Parts: sequence; structure tokens; C-alpha cells
Amino acid sequence: MLDGRGTVRRPLGARLWLSGCWLGIMALLALFAPLISPHDPLAQDLFAGRLPPFWVRGSDPAFLLGTDSLGRDVLTRLIHGARIAFAVALIAGLATAFVGSVLGLLAGYMRGWVDVLISRLVEIWMAFPPVLFAILLIAVLGTGLTSIIIAIVVIDWTRFCRVVRAEAMNQSAMDYVSSAIVAGRPRRDILWREILPNVLPTIVVLLTLEMGIAVIVEAILSFVNLSISTDAPTWGGMIAEGRTSIHQAWWVLAFPLGVLFLTVLSFSQFGEGLKDRFDPVLR
Amino acid sequence: MKLLRAILVRLATMSVTLIGAAVVVFFVIRVVPGNPIAMMLPPGASEDDIARLTAHYGLDKTLFEQFGIWLSGVFRGDFGTSISLRQPVMPLVLGRLPATLELAIFALVIAVVIGGVLALTGVRHRETRTETAIDVANGIGLSIPDFLWALILIVLFGVLMPVFHISGRISPSLDLPFVTQFYVFESFARLRFDLWWDLLKHMFMPALALAIPLAAIISQLLKQSLKETMHLDYVTLSRTKGYSENHVILSEALPNAMLPTLTLIGVQFTFLIGGTVIIERLFSYEGLGNMAIDAVINRDLPLIQGIVIVFALLFTIINLVVDMTYALLNPRLRHA
Repeated sequence: MLDGRGTVRRPLGARLWLSGCWLGIMALLALFAPLISPHDPLAQDLFAGRLPPFWVRGSDPAFLLGTDSLGRDVLTRLIHGARIAFAVALIAGLATAFVGSVLGLLAGYMRGWVDVLISRLVEIWMAFPPVLFAILLIAVLGTGLTSIIIAIVVIDWTRFCRVVRAEAMNQSAMDYVSSAIVAGRPRRDILWREILPNVLPTIVVLLTLEMGIAVIVEAILSFVNLSISTDAPTWGGMIAEGRTSIHQAWWVLAFPLGVLFLTVLSFSQFGEGLKDRFDPVLR
Repeated sequence: MKLLRAILVRLATMSVTLIGAAVVVFFVIRVVPGNPIAMMLPPGASEDDIARLTAHYGLDKTLFEQFGIWLSGVFRGDFGTSISLRQPVMPLVLGRLPATLELAIFALVIAVVIGGVLALTGVRHRETRTETAIDVANGIGLSIPDFLWALILIVLFGVLMPVFHISGRISPSLDLPFVTQFYVFESFARLRFDLWWDLLKHMFMPALALAIPLAAIISQLLKQSLKETMHLDYVTLSRTKGYSENHVILSEALPNAMLPTLTLIGVQFTFLIGGTVIIERLFSYEGLGNMAIDAVINRDLPLIQGIVIVFALLFTIINLVVDMTYALLNPRLRHA
């Protein structure tokens, strides 16, 4: 936000707990997916296609949340989808945070031509529609988990870079940095030992937001059929499948959509909650 | 004078950004595997045919030669020929741009209306349950991106309560007398309200999906600035003069609280336009973004370049206009 300072009363720390719980449950499901899930995520059973969820007439208790058009268990695929979603969120989020923060720190602390170069690059990046850029990159890199992660890093580093650069500039103007310079500390030392720790809370908050974004990007790429493979149980792929059979089997779309909604909401609320708690700068 | 100089500096950096964007796109898509020429010919085509067509599209030259040819064409307004559609890129892109612009502007209007109403309601009923509810709604609206809102709207209003169209730009059964591509404006100008209504019914769902996150941002920021303004002395003065609370908010506080929100809307509008790419795909809306995804899938290099450059141009122009409007509206900058 342009100017977030002010006296907004926040509805306490409840959202930090709620979102944390949801993310924790999802992470556990992702970790233990093969142990928990009732079926094989890829197993097809054309005779059990489009079974409705358990409370609707005509359902099969073996498939609690119903099946898709190929007879694959929706619940199982949701649980396995959490693995891919969290893998992407974690790896892509951390990698994006790393690249963007390093460039932002360098630009904000070194200033001069480094800053000009990096800032110009950010401006060029901002001139692309991100979704189109992502699709373009996947077309170049080929589909697959690694490509998705690379695409997210290449597109979203600017998000960290802009905030961290501004924050590094603020920190550089503070007295503790001046005294470190006077004390004769080397520049590199000041950047990594003095400024970085003070920018870190900002980076952590941005990271949780970025993890939610990464999950969405994966879903969007699955949706345009450019993610991992059409067979792999991704939430985006399930949504894409559900979109085509929405009038015959709404549950194929509704459940992954609901899970995706809650997960993205939780990532962002978790970040906001952390911000309220720990970071006086972003607030 | 200073303003003029600032504008000139902005134009200079704008062109650097645009050329940079052109370079990035040009070289990124040349790395794409798969020969676009081989894809457009029937399976039995000879090596000779492929070579001839490759030469026809200039794809046999070195990358730098290709870039030089393309860039000099761009300055003459010639973006080359689309490989998959076999038509000049420029008219294709310009033919689709109005559909995207209409969708984006409609979404912007919806966002401003919803965001404005929520902010004003929140301030009118500040420190009550109503404000808390609006805060929660803002939080959710902000957290969920347009892609998910679109899917939720499709499930809710496309399937469970089918009130709106969820596919296309206009009903295919209607005959279209249009000469421009600005269907909404043209149908309105020609007083063809049947067409106009049909267009709006198609646009409403995608536009709303694009609008929700922006509405939440507007509502949040405007409410914040309004609340800060309400504490200022001149507002207290007009209240002591006996004006009603509604009058104080709308006529006294709002004009002064609006400026930060206006700047924000400008910046966010470019994000909204970026969002049209996937939203158009979801709703099979015949706009530029939908065409862009097809172009990528078909490896249509000239078309991809053309579309990306048009998007980049649009973004930079909007940013320039926002900055200039800000300078004009803000007296402190105007007299600087």
C-alpha cells in the first residue's frame, strides 16, 4: 500500500492461528500423502466415473469426495496435489526470495550504476503481463516441475527486489550504518551483517505471500495445460478437468477450488498476521 | 517548465523500457524449440517447401539480422506477418485490443463503484461491526487473485444459479452491424440496447472477477485516507457548522482523501490489464490475451512479439498518464 501507517485495529491474532492450522494440516497431508490417501492418484476406473460426493444419492462410500470423469478418486488426488503445490510453494518461494532480495539489497545499498541497471531491469519486467510471460517461459523451457519453478523465479523476483531495495535504502540512511562505516567495517560486511538482518523480517513476510502466489501460478499453468503432465494430480489440473465437466460433475471443480482458495487465503493471511506481529516497517 | 522537462525524461525512460522489453521478448521466444514453419505445413511437405517458407518469413537469417529487420519494421508500424493466421500482425492485434480494453475499463468501473461504496459505508459506520465486516471482506478480496474469483463466479453464477453468460463476448445468434471493434461503445452510440445488454451480460462475470481484488484495494486505501481526513480541523469545523455526517464525508472529506487512491488505481489498472490474459481464456472471451495464449501454443513468433509490445506500450502509457494526472491534481507538484 502507498501509505499503510495509521491506526487500523486488527482483528487480533486469530487469523495467524487459523491460517497456520490450515497450512499445517495441508503440509502434513502433503508429507504423508501415500500413507493417508485411500486410493492410487492415477488409478482409473471407467465404471466408477463421475461418482458424486458421499452426501449425494448414488455415491460410493469408498470415494468420499466422488470421482472425476476417468474414475479417479478426488480426495486422493487432492491430497497428492498438496505435495506438488507445497513443493512449488516452498522451492519457488525461497528461490524467488533469494534472487530478488540479493538484487534488491545490492541496488539499494550500492546505489550508482548497479542500482540504475537493476532498476531499469525491474521496469522492463513490469512492462510484461506476468501470466503471458509465464506461459511464454514454459513454452521455452518445456513443461515440468523445474520449469515451473524457474518461470516463477524469473517472473516474480521483481516483487522482492522493489521492496527490499527501498528497505535497504532506508536502512543505509540510519545511524547504525554510519557508525559501522566510521568504525571502518568493510562494505560487504555492513551489507550482510548489519543491513540484511534488519531487512529479513520484510523478506519473510513477502515470502509467505509469494508462496501463495506460486501455488496460483502453478494452478494457472496447469489450467492452460502447461504444467507438469495432464495426468499428474495437481490442483490446477483438477480444476481444468473440472471446468470441462462442470455441468455433469460440479464436485470435480468445486473441491480443488475450495482447497486452493483456503490455501492461498491462508498463505496471505499468515503473512499479514506475521507482519502485524513482528514487522514495524511494512505495517 | 519543470513539468515539461519531467515529461521528456519520462518519455526517454519509457522508450528505453520498451526497447528493453522488445529485446527480451525477441530473444526469449527464439529459444523456443519446435519449428513454427514445419507446424503450419501439411505433414507431407518436402524439405524444400519448409526451406522456402522459412526464408519467406525471414527465419533463415541470423538472430541479430532478424531483430534488426523486425525493429525497423516496428518503427514503421509493421509488426510482420502472423505465421498461424497468415495475416499482418498489426491489424490482428488492433482488431482484438478493443475487446480487451472494453473488458478492462468495465472491470475498472465495477472496482471503483464497489470499492468506493464499501469505503464510504465503512467510514460512515466506523468503529462498528459494519466496519469490521468490510475489513474482513477487504482482506479476503485482496488475498485471492482474479483467476480464482473467476472460477468461483463460474461455479456460483454460471452453474448453480445460471444468470450470466460464462463464455464468449456476444451471443453468436445475434447479427453484428459493427464497423469498429468497440462493440459496447458502438452499440450504445447506435442505440442498439439489445446488443449492448447482451454484451454486458457476457462481460459481467469476467469483469467482476478482475474487479474484486482491485475493489478491495480501493476500499481499503480510501477508507484509510478518509478516516485520517475525518480528524482534520477543517472537517471538524464543517461538522460544528451543523452539516450532516453524510455531507461532511462526501463533500468535505472525500475530495481531499481521494488523491492517493487515484494514483493507486492507475498503477493497479496495469495489473488488471495483465490479468485479462488468463481471464479471457477462462471465459473464452475474444480479446488480446486469449489470442496471446493461442499464439504461444502455435509458436507464432511474430504474433507473440506484436502482442507483447502492444501490452508493454499500453502499460507504459498508462503509467505516464497516471504520473501526469497526479502532477496536475496535486497543487504542490504543479507549482513546484
